[in-house]
This record gives sequence, structure tokens and C-alpha cells, in this order.
Amino acid sequence: MTDPTITVTEPRTATVLETAGVTKSFGGVHALRGVDFSLAEGEVHALVGENGAGKSTLIKVLTGVHRPDGGEVRYRGGRVDFAQPAAAQRAGISTIYQEVNLVPLLSVARNIYLGREPRRYGLIDVPTMERDARELVERLGVHIDVREDLGRLGLGAQQMVALARAMSVDSRVVIMDEPTSSLEAREVATLFDVSRSLRDQGVGLVFVSHRLDELWQLCDRVTVLRDGRDVHTGRMDGLTRTGLVSHMLGRDAGELARDGATEFGESHLQGREPVLSVAGIDARNTLRGVGLTVRPGEVLGLGGLLGSGRSETVKAIYGALPTQAGEVIVDGRPVHRNSVRHALRSGVALLSEDRKAEGIIPDLSVRDNIALAVLPRMSRMGIVSESRIDKLVETFMGKLRIKASSPRQLVRELSGGNQQKVLIARWLCTEPRVFLLDEPTRGIDVGAKAEVQSLIDELAEQGLAVVLISSEMDELVEGADRIVVLRDGAVEAELDGADLTSSALLAALAGDIAQADAAAQEEDR
Amino acid sequence: MTTTATPPTRAEAETRRRRGLDLDWVRTNGVYVALALLFLLNVVWTNNFLTERTLLLQLIQVTPVVIVALGMALVIGTEGIDLSVGAVMALAAALIPLYVGYGAAMAILIAVLVGFVTGSLAGSMVAVVGVQPIVATLGIMVAGRGVANLLGGEIKTIREPGIVSLGSESLLGVPYVVLIAAVIAALVWFAARRTTYGRQLVAIGGNKRAAELAGLPVKRVVITTYVVAGVLAAIAGVLLAARSQASDPTKLGQLMELSAITAVVIGGTPLSGGQVRIIGTIAGALLMQLIFATLVFHNIPDSTAQMAQAVIVIAAVYVQMGRRRSTS
Repeated sequence: MTDPTITVTEPRTATVLETAGVTKSFGGVHALRGVDFSLAEGEVHALVGENGAGKSTLIKVLTGVHRPDGGEVRYRGGRVDFAQPAAAQRAGISTIYQEVNLVPLLSVARNIYLGREPRRYGLIDVPTMERDARELVERLGVHIDVREDLGRLGLGAQQMVALARAMSVDSRVVIMDEPTSSLEAREVATLFDVSRSLRDQGVGLVFVSHRLDELWQLCDRVTVLRDGRDVHTGRMDGLTRTGLVSHMLGRDAGELARDGATEFGESHLQGREPVLSVAGIDARNTLRGVGLTVRPGEVLGLGGLLGSGRSETVKAIYGALPTQAGEVIVDGRPVHRNSVRHALRSGVALLSEDRKAEGIIPDLSVRDNIALAVLPRMSRMGIVSESRIDKLVETFMGKLRIKASSPRQLVRELSGGNQQKVLIARWLCTEPRVFLLDEPTRGIDVGAKAEVQSLIDELAEQGLAVVLISSEMDELVEGADRIVVLRDGAVEAELDGADLTSSALLAALAGDIAQADAAAQEEDR
Repeated sequence: MTTTATPPTRAEAETRRRRGLDLDWVRTNGVYVALALLFLLNVVWTNNFLTERTLLLQLIQVTPVVIVALGMALVIGTEGIDLSVGAVMALAAALIPLYVGYGAAMAILIAVLVGFVTGSLAGSMVAVVGVQPIVATLGIMVAGRGVANLLGGEIKTIREPGIVSLGSESLLGVPYVVLIAAVIAALVWFAARRTTYGRQLVAIGGNKRAAELAGLPVKRVVITTYVVAGVLAAIAGVLLAARSQASDPTKLGQLMELSAITAVVIGGTPLSGGQVRIIGTIAGALLMQLIFATLVFHNIPDSTAQMAQAVIVIAAVYVQMGRRRSTS
């Protein structure tokens, strides 16, 4: 892929921050397994990887939030061991998070100098502080009134303030953790301008983003993490999208092209009217005109990298994500926008990705968790019929083989796999026509995973329309009859029949249309 | 799958579970044990304790706290709090002398209606506008007390025979006020345990986001809960005014919110929501009443009683925290 005539002539600049063989684990889970990472002065270095690859752990090690179990961190030539984030900050390593962690009720100037306010007679020297702040902000080329309360500014402007704060402490390293994910296009442009000017002043920047396009716009080099290891480090130019994505997912495009096409014929589905059709869904900053259809008995895979809008799409269909436009039709009848209750009544169910925060009610029993969504149906005149619930719960606990000491056991005491089955049971009780499954096998053990996967097939066979989201390519390719690939909140490609291969999916995930076509042709031969 | 765990981890888990159970047991049953012990102590040490007169007096005195605490238990179950109950009691009581000219029934209806209004207001602020419960109900607490003072002025005596008899007469030896409290307790217990509303309430308190995604009518349930708390507070205010045959807008129901919260917490309901313990709450109210009574019987000053109350509350909250830590 790389043009061999271009010799990589990196000017040898000084390394400002590096790690050597850093390891870190949390209760037996290895988050980092020996990572070598180096950041040079005056470069923007992209750090990429899928969920759980170890990006945030590495950042936390660099900024003193976590101490590494093994290996070492070197900063400006010497080994360092930051005891806490403040120590890293004092040394000149600043971090800018997606959610700005400054004080919204204080002025911009106060925020920039928080904890280091210029003083006179023991009091804060407000005129000096505001003058200095104004100078800093102007150097960033943004127009902000430094006396304004921070909370009254837009998110983009708040991030500029965070950057100004980083400059004011004379940072040598600025780490930006998904700074752009909630910014408007114009704000992103300003952020990049400021980042480049910092780079030109010799600052080393680490840039984390799941919007791949941005990496080529801004970054000089990239380090790819996967399963807690650094699997690739190199220059951005000369790297193709497919190349980058295959590093992230651990698949080689060439090797994948040899995989056989799966034998899922879709003939039994042809001609049936779609039970779910979705068109033109717009949601601020996340979705742009997403549309898809699912027929009864079909498993539609929803592919895409982190941040592509997969979870947002199913949430929007379910009414749990505010949308500005779009149409969801179930069984020929339109579903009210932004109403979970109406979506449920129309026969849509959503198994959310975040089991803990959006799924289980931890202190309720298995039984009460299963019956939660159908309580009104299990009641007469507002009084719950215990016997009907018992019967329902017994049926589903048997059908899904939920392992609990009794239906009265608290759901928080169950394993992840059994909690997931409890939630699936909760939704099946509602007798859905359309079942949206967001990462149904994440975080559950291998046995439960296989059970959940075969359950999905079974449900589809019974005529349910299933939308399946999975970050695991195999699960998606094998489990789905058809795959819609999202990128940056819009439908990028649709794969079915002979195109339904790992290599075509990989190319589509990377947004490399030419590659996808080539892969498809390869298959045809 | 669980049977394949290695022996040390399983033993470890087992001890952790047993310790968790112990704390759980203390949390849920400690209040009954304490109540029984204190009762026996009084039987032995206090003269004339085991007489109908003394016991009935204790029951009569505890009724307002029990009624208010029942509503509070529901609100706390939704992960909320209601600071306005004392002021709502005063407001309801202040309306009685104003409307008693239309007859006892009308006056009581209007007084109870005021609880409905303040409850709807608090519930809407919390559920629809998204104001924090403590802030929303604090506002109503201050405003409610103000309006009560404005309407009631100074202490007004109540002479209307219907209301007087409500506060002083009995049915088959049981005072009306105690009967009313018992009926309310049974109703609230039933609502919390057996109705769709009660099940939805604990689910919302346990995980609001999950409850929303399961299509539960979160706003309706939360508003209903504050309405119930408001109405119960108003009823308590009416009963208190009927018993004292007077309405004092400045003093009536003062610090009732704290007594009610105390009863709920020592009754084993966690402040973090998701559980409602009705019997425990009643026992909690009885325990507090008995502690005060015991100290009064033995001529120990009020301030000591307050300190005892503080110690018990802190102990109750500590036991809950212990449980949380042991499960995490």
C-alpha cells in the first residue's frame, strides 16, 4: 500500500514523552500488556483503537491518574512516576477531555488561572489576571470575553479555554481525549488551528478521536493499540484507511479476501414486506439521514466503528434519542418520534448496550426485572397479579435457561450472561415485532455468548425482525443476513449475498469504497 | 458455571456474602429488635408503663409522624426527599378555622386538597422541570409556612364539634386518629407491595434510566408519589389540629420533615431509593416515639433525647453504607 519510492525522512526531533513496556491490569484484566509509545516535540500523535484497546488506560498512566504495574514512563529524558494528576500537570502535561472539567460558574480568566491566580496583597489580582488571560485567548485566535462565566460559553469555546489553560502552564505535552466528539464543524476547525499553532511552538500533542478523517487532517504520526498492545506506529501519510482499520481490528485485508462467503441465502426473505422501515433520521451531531429496512425473520447487522452512530441509530428508532427528523414505520404504522412508550407499544424492543446503567434494576429480583416492562398487562385495575407474573417468569427462565437460585434472587447477584438473559426475557415478554440488540454478547462468558447467539437465530426463525449491533466482525458476518455499515452517522454501504464477507465489511468500515468494490470483485472470481 | 470457581475464591465469596447478609439483617430487622428491647426495658423500669392510658397516649402522639413518614417512605423510594411536609401540615391546619363555617367535612376536604396542590407542584417540578427534590420541596416548605402564617395569623382555637370529636373520641376504645393512621398504613402498604404503581416506583428509584427505557410512566409515578406525600401531610396536619383543638401556623408540624425522614431511615429504607419498607417505617416512628417517652418518664431533658435521636440516625445510615460497601 505504501509507495516504496517515498522514503520516510523524519527529522529527528527530541522525544518529550515516552513509555517503555508499560503494563497495567485491573483485578486480573490486562488493560495494557507492554506498551511502547513515544511522543516527539512538535508533533501531533494520533492514538487509536477500538473500545477496550487500552487508549484511556494509557492516557491515565501518562497523566498520573494510574500508576503502571510494570515498565516505565519517561518525560523530557528522565524517568517519572507521577503520584497524582496534579503532579503531571505541574510538570507540564495537560489533558483536555471531551467533557471539560473546569468550573462553569467562574469566569474564563479565573478558570485559566485556577489554583495559580496572580496575587497582590494576598488577594487575587484581577486586572493582571484578566489582561494575561485576554492575551492568551487572543494568541489562540478566538474571541471570548474572559470575564464571562465559563458555563455560558459553547462547548467548543470551553475547550479553547481548557487549551488556553494548558498554554498558560507552559505545557510541553497536551493530551486531547476525544475533544471533537461534541463540537460543531466550525469549532473543530478552530481547535485544529490552535493545535497546529501549539505544535509549531514545539508542544507535543496526543490526539484521540474515533473520527478517522480527522486523523489525516491533523496528525503527523499514529500509534494503534489493540488488546492492550501497541500493534502499529508510523506516519499518517502513506497509511490508507483500510490499512489503519485492519490494524485496529487485527485483520489483514489480503488474508480476509480468502475467506469464503457465508452460505446464508436470503431467498426465504425476498418478497416479504419489511416490518421495520426507517428513513431520514437526523440527530444533532450524531446521525445524518439514516435509513434502513428489516423484513420479518431477517437479522440485519449494523456495522461501524466506534462513534459511527450504531447505538444512536437503534436508540433513535426506539425513541430514546432525541431526533430532529426522520420516520420510523413498524407494520405499516408510523411510530411517534421521541417516545419510548409508543415505540414499545408499536412492537419495538431495545436491548441496550449498557447493561448496568440502562438495563438491570440491580436491587430488584430476577422476577421483577423480567416483568418490568409488562406490569400493566399483568395487572387488573392497577393491582398486580402475582400468579400471572410467576407463570410468565417461569416460562422465560426455562426457555432462556436463566441460572438463578430462585426467581426472587436479586439480579445484581447474577453473572453478566444471566443478567443479559434476564434483560432479553424482559423484552421478549413485550412480544416485540422488531428486536434491536446492541452488543448483546459484550462482557459475557463464552458459553452464554454462544447461547445468546443461537437464541438470536431462533428468534429470527420465529419471524422476529432483528437488528444486531456487534463490534466483533465474525459475529456480525456470521449472524446477520445483511449488513448496513454506518460511518460518521450516515449509511456508508450495504452488504448482502456474495458481498457479505469479512473483507468487504472491513473495507466498508474503513470507508474505502474502491477497496470494497475490489474485494467484492475478488469474491466474484 | 458458578460451580467451576476455584475453592479459595468461593470461600472468600461465601464469607463476604455472609458478612453482607449480617449487615443486611441488621439493616432490615434492627429497628424491630431495638423497639422490642426498649419496650421490655420500659415494662420493667417504668412505673405504670403497661397501662392502657400510657400506651394509647403514645400511639396518639405518634400518629402524625407515622402518617407523614409513610408518604416520605414512598418519596425516598423514588430517590427523592420531601422537606415540605411540616409546612404543608401547618397550611392544612391553618385552613380549618377559615372554612369551618361551611361545616367540618368541607373544611377538612379543603385542607386535604391543599396537600394535593403542593404535592402536584413539587412532583411536577421534580419530574417535569427536573429540579432537584431537595430544592423543589425546600421552596414549598418556605413558601407554605409563609402562606400558613399569612392565612392563619396567630393561634386560632377550633370549637367545631365535628372536628373536636375527630381529635378526641374513640371507636371501641381506639381513638379515631389511631384508626385513621392504621387504615392509611394498610393502604400505603398495599399500594407499595401489590399495585403496578408500587412496583414501578421501586424500579424508578432503583434505576431511573432503565425504567424509562422499559417504557415506565416515570413522570406520572413520581408526580403521584409527591401528591400522596402532600395529601398525607395535610391529613396529619388536620388530625393534629383536631387533637389540640387549635391551629398554630408557626409551630404546627415544625421539624416534622426531619422526624419523618428519621423514621424512614431507621426503618431500613435506603436514602438512595429503590426500596420502600412500610412496616419498618412504622416501627421506626414508634421507636423514636418510645425513646422520647422513655426519657420523659425518667425526667431526662429534651436535649438528651435529641442527641439520642442523632446517634440512632447516624448508626442507621452507617449500617446502610456498610451494606453498600460489602456488595460492591
